Amino acid sequence: MDLLNLFVKSIFIENMIFAYFLGMCSYLAVSKTVKTAVGLGAAVIFVLLITVPVNYLIDTYLLQAGALSWLGADYASIDLSFLSYIMFIAVIASMVQLVEMVVEKFSPALYGSLGIFLPLIAVNCSILGGALFMQQKAFTGISEAITYGAGSGIGWFLAILAIAAIREKIAYSNVPAPLKGLGITFIITGLMAIGFMSFMGIKLEGNEDEKVQEAALESNNMGEEDEQTAVITAIEN
Amino acid sequence: MSQEIKDTNEAKKKKDELILFLTKTEERESLLSKANRKLLSDPLDDNNPITVQVLGICSALAITVQLKPAIVMSVAVVFVMAMGNVVISLLRNLVPNRIRIIVQLVVVASLVIVVDQVLKAYLYDVSKQLSIFIGLIITNCIIMGRLEAFALGNGPWKSFLDGIGNAAGYGLILIIVAFFRELLGSGKLFGFEVLGHKGLTLEESTGLYALGYENNGFFLLSPMALIVVGVVIWYQRSRNRKLIEEN
Repeated sequence: MDLLNLFVKSIFIENMIFAYFLGMCSYLAVSKTVKTAVGLGAAVIFVLLITVPVNYLIDTYLLQAGALSWLGADYASIDLSFLSYIMFIAVIASMVQLVEMVVEKFSPALYGSLGIFLPLIAVNCSILGGALFMQQKAFTGISEAITYGAGSGIGWFLAILAIAAIREKIAYSNVPAPLKGLGITFIITGLMAIGFMSFMGIKLEGNEDEKVQEAALESNNMGEEDEQTAVITAIEN
Repeated sequence: MSQEIKDTNEAKKKKDELILFLTKTEERESLLSKANRKLLSDPLDDNNPITVQVLGICSALAITVQLKPAIVMSVAVVFVMAMGNVVISLLRNLVPNRIRIIVQLVVVASLVIVVDQVLKAYLYDVSKQLSIFIGLIITNCIIMGRLEAFALGNGPWKSFLDGIGNAAGYGLILIIVAFFRELLGSGKLFGFEVLGHKGLTLEESTGLYALGYENNGFFLLSPMALIVVGVVIWYQRSRNRKLIEEN
């Protein structure tokens, strides 16, 4: 149940685009038609599904304070967490390259449709963001990391699919000239994000302790704290 | 014997070439010629990284609830971009084309680690507020975009100016958005209550709040960041009509 909770949460409530704006650059650049949007979205799911668990393993067994204790008692005091950025990005860049080569070798058809998007993904913020959130959330097992990777990938996919469909239609509308293209896309995304905010109250069954921990974690976060109070006042009104 | 002389000669020649390669781009131009000044001023308006090139939006939106983190973020990006552009521009003829993206990412990641550690040491509360967004400077598309588009083809001084200019254009939008969000959302600027103090009742309030003004809490939520940027784009394009898109 906890995994399902995490899965739903990472798709809807903590949607990469609408809650954290991660991967906006490619989201805006590649959302002109549904077809390309689907290609990029599928590639993001694929890469997140692989890199989040790999980075989880690296973080747990190499980087965290005391993570190296499996090498021997002498290593237990080492804390390599300052290296996490460079390790994560190296893993992501090399995984993307590897995935590209494997896909090219074994599935030329898939490569044909994903091909040009894969290199773009190395610099998609949502991939590195997934790894960094994974580190911040301190998951307890690899299954949680896999669920989180899949969930946030699917959330990103949904977001880009929706905006691409809207943009295809909006080409026929009379948008004020200075708002055409980028401007209206921003505003539509904002409105969609307001829609996605309605998922915020959803809490599936879960461990009570975890909820308390989460609340404490969130109140550390300036933006989210403000957001929560704002939502509460909005509801009260 | 002659082989040795030839070797030293070749080494010397290589060294000369290297020196020439490091200095030649700046030979003909003064340091702040018109073209170079354009590199600095263009990204502020006509070629703004956020509103025109559509780069680096991810971090721009998430950290603009208050002015202080927005300014810290802009300074961090200025540093990373200027240094990254210079380093990549110096390396541009030594790095094989196939692995250039990994090299760029490693250079940028090392610079970001420096920024992150400095922030943790001297501005711990801001570093907490920015949370993962400092790390995300690594994949900030402005940085990769400018490295690819500019630093790989230009000398170090020009790349430095380009880095400063683009990061400043990015910071400008960040600060504009953060200004409106903090002012309208919480009635503060840099944490100071500029619109007066809001008490529990009307009598206890001062300034605008005494007249019955209310903060618009909506501006603190993430969707408003997108809409504010949309409005900024609207304003910029209606003033500068050559930026208007076809569709």
